[in-house]
Amino acid sequence: MQEKRKIRILLAKPGLDGHDRGIKVVARALRDAGMEVIYSGLHQTPEQIVNTALQEGVDGIGLSILSGAHNTIFPKMMALLKEKGLSDLLVFGGGTIPPKDRERLKTMGVGEIFTSGTDTRDIVNYIKGVLEKV
Amino acid sequence: MPFLGESIEETVQKILAGDRRTSGRLITRLEDGDDWGKEIMKRLFPRTGRSMTLGLTGAGGSGKSSLLNHLIERFRKMGKTVGVIAVDPSSPFSGGAFLGDRIRIQHHTRDDKVYIRSMASRGYLGGLARATTEALRVMEAMGFDVVMVETLGAGQDEIDVIRLVQTCLLVITPGMGDEIQALKAGIMEIGDIFVLNKSDLDGSIQVLRSIEATLSLKPGQEGEWKPKVISTVATSGEGIDDLMEGIMAHQDYLHNNDAMERAAFQRVEQELGLIFRDELERVIFKGLKGTGKKRRYIRSIIDGKSDPYTVIEEILETFLKER
Repeated sequence: MQEKRKIRILLAKPGLDGHDRGIKVVARALRDAGMEVIYSGLHQTPEQIVNTALQEGVDGIGLSILSGAHNTIFPKMMALLKEKGLSDLLVFGGGTIPPKDRERLKTMGVGEIFTSGTDTRDIVNYIKGVLEKV
Repeated sequence: MPFLGESIEETVQKILAGDRRTSGRLITRLEDGDDWGKEIMKRLFPRTGRSMTLGLTGAGGSGKSSLLNHLIERFRKMGKTVGVIAVDPSSPFSGGAFLGDRIRIQHHTRDDKVYIRSMASRGYLGGLARATTEALRVMEAMGFDVVMVETLGAGQDEIDVIRLVQTCLLVITPGMGDEIQALKAGIMEIGDIFVLNKSDLDGSIQVLRSIEATLSLKPGQEGEWKPKVISTVATSGEGIDDLMEGIMAHQDYLHNNDAMERAAFQRVEQELGLIFRDELERVIFKGLKGTGKKRRYIRSIIDGKSDPYTVIEEILETFLKER
């Protein structure tokens, strides 16, 4: 039987920070919302994340960055995705990212940035809103 | 409408050339049961069946992913390219899944000769996902020397994998029950190689003995493969040499007998059955979709006006008449 397309999301932790509580909470919320979540584990390079996305055929990538390296990692990710022909993937992020950086990242093509205190339902609704239309 | 924005022929050529972007998306579409996927599989099929295929099965937490990590490393050292399909369970309630097998093998993501695909079971039984068979074929068509399948970890019957792969490893750990467990049908019968992982834990000698005892009771034909039992500690890498040796011995056995032929026959037989059931269900239930009929049928069963057997008979009869 043909099912509805399942949403596949890669959640990744780039860089050196080891704080993965937040990303695990998000993983759980997406799973409970019926999505298939692939978790990369800690300390991923942008190259590893893009390779994983490529192999896993995902619809979107969520990055959790609490180290302050977001202004380096996001641009690198966006460039790599373009290079590999994956510009159509939804990229979103979360962590400790100040408002002025958030706006700048969004002009680069990052879909949305969720900071601490976000209701996980907002994240679920955002992803469904973007990807269920596709 | 073209598939993934390309013609079928283009997609097929890209898969045969090993293109990761195309295969990643193709497998996703196959999981969703896309009609185009079938057309592509038809073209890819003649180019499959040439890889060494291994399966890893066993309970959750027995160390399948960690062992897999070692095996990938060994095969890479031998210069082989490696494809991996790792199946994890879907939630029966939300339909979602958390696929975490990659974490243990993630450092191989830097190696472009290793291709790892996680897959949610989506309620499919037997330890695999419906699209696992197809994903395995895709990886074979991409030309990987070795393709390994890790089943989801459950308990007693994730045994579909045995007919899908040439060499089947069953991973067990100490402390998983007494010899009565070892006598139960199903899982104990499927291993070409039994891997006693975490063999540094208490009680491993007893488990080893009871597996060996169970296996020794099996009357073996002359020249038939005798399942091996190999002790490992995946965290330290102990016993991995023996495990590789065991795998190679089983592969030699397959190649030096008509066993390979038999394995190929069994695999296609199983595939045929799976695809047939799947297609039949799809074709028959397609006519019911959106008509509200399925709902009415279920209602009538609950209300005691009908029963599942009569309903299925009716559905089948209508279908055959319409044909």
